[in-house]
Amino acid sequence: MKVLRRVALYAGLTLAALTFIYPFLWMTSATFKPPLEIGSLSLIPHNPTLDNYRTMWARAPFGRALLNSILVATTITLAVLVLGSMTAYAMARLRFRGRPILNAATMAILLVPGQLTLIPLYTLIVQLGWIDTYAALIVPYLFNATAILMLRQFFLQIPQSLIDSARMDGMSELRILFTIFWPLSKPVLSIVAIFTFMGSWNEVLWPLLVVRDQHLMTLPQLLTVFVLGGGAGSIGVSLASAMVLVIPVVVAYAFLQRNFIESMAGAGIKG
Amino acid sequence: MRAERRSGWLLTAPYSAFLIAFAIYPIVFAVVLVFLHWDLVTTPTFAGADNVRLLATDARFWRAVANTFIFLGIHVPLQITTALALALALNRQLAGRGFWRAAFFLPVVISGAVVAILWSNLYANDVGLINRLLTKIGLSPVPWLTDPRTAMPAIAVMVTWKNVGFYVIIYLAGLQYIARSCQEAIALEGATSWQRFRYLTLPSLLPQTILVVTLSTINGFQLFIEPYVMTGGGPLRRTYSVVLYLYNNAFSYQKMGYAATIGVALALIIGAVVFVQRQVIGRAEAL
Repeated sequence: MKVLRRVALYAGLTLAALTFIYPFLWMTSATFKPPLEIGSLSLIPHNPTLDNYRTMWARAPFGRALLNSILVATTITLAVLVLGSMTAYAMARLRFRGRPILNAATMAILLVPGQLTLIPLYTLIVQLGWIDTYAALIVPYLFNATAILMLRQFFLQIPQSLIDSARMDGMSELRILFTIFWPLSKPVLSIVAIFTFMGSWNEVLWPLLVVRDQHLMTLPQLLTVFVLGGGAGSIGVSLASAMVLVIPVVVAYAFLQRNFIESMAGAGIKG
Repeated sequence: MRAERRSGWLLTAPYSAFLIAFAIYPIVFAVVLVFLHWDLVTTPTFAGADNVRLLATDARFWRAVANTFIFLGIHVPLQITTALALALALNRQLAGRGFWRAAFFLPVVISGAVVAILWSNLYANDVGLINRLLTKIGLSPVPWLTDPRTAMPAIAVMVTWKNVGFYVIIYLAGLQYIARSCQEAIALEGATSWQRFRYLTLPSLLPQTILVVTLSTINGFQLFIEPYVMTGGGPLRRTYSVVLYLYNNAFSYQKMGYAATIGVALALIIGAVVFVQRQVIGRAEAL
């Protein structure tokens, strides 16, 4: 009985895992298949080809989109880490007038759904003349309330004696933050870095609103526009273009899955 | 003391400026836009209650709201049961727990645009993987995304698949807090495993269930890229989502006032639904 139940458990888990992994395996194999083979259930292409990749690379600026995505996501992540830490440090460890208001405002804006501010933000970007600029993609994401609250929570637990003795040594607040607090805060910094980067990497609605020039598009937007606009022309080509977006993420996930899960689930719970 | 105060202001000045420009101003301006007609080219004109009146009788908007409720009616229960089942399985003594967890979580890290494109092909009528499997076991293929009756359920299943790993982690965290001593005590009392689940596990996981319901509901109201990529809102507008309608009003019809009105209405609907859900779950708990 007991053995049977264990067998059933592992069979069930395997089936479940296949449900999550198989579509991605099918997708990967489909990108190497000629059009006639796409319909087959087999994961191994009979006549493997790179045509799908050649076609998609030639038809739309995916290389440029890859660089745009890296630029935008990296800039936003660095800003959220550096500027967010400065803000969180002040909110956690410095006494100044206005601090309670700042704390309350940060928690309050987390409760406001993004759809409410989407259109006013869009009109703001239009009026600033930022349509089709990197600024439109980056500036509205320079600070992140969830990140600030997580960093603040962590910074609150670092002993005051460390700050006091550093101040006696004449260290500035910025030096205390980056040379004393940061090395102690690696876990929370990596959590913030991953969910910020992934959020930016996968974002598609905002770019669809503020970018129309193909050369400024990030990967998810170019992919969506390319596939919906009929530029792909075949399943193989559209899936091959999706791979550009997937491969870097899956490689990073393979190495850092524990951090990914902790970060992306943690941000959702706390956010 | 004074130096500390100055540092505090200096360090938070960029954030304060950001908050005013990109959080507080847009919230205030959202409310202002409700009372404006504006196409972004000509000067805005005062609209009075036009936008609100239009919204109240706009069949497309209410169709999108109804679609969302249909989506949630399928998605939320399915999300809870699948996440709970997988979490309970993972909570046993298992070989390779990390692998299973990572497998379930994989779709969470993949872009929604990619998942939508992938599943359009899985759901495709003739060459789609799912219909191929159905015909292989002798069933007739289903026009998943082109039949008005199956299109929204198909999207709901896909979104459940994409997010379940995230909710598994939430439930797993909750399961760790159910003390082993409690489990053993109730087992000694002669409770069957179903009774243990019904009277110990399930009630103990109430905070996690509330979180799952709330987050998946909010997520459901944000449905955009899936219908945008997979169906364009069709067939017969049955997958049209509120955010898709909002996007089209702003981007295709240049109606900023009306688009903002939809945004404000959506925020209020989300708030009301989440509030009612909490009341209902809270009452169920008291029984």
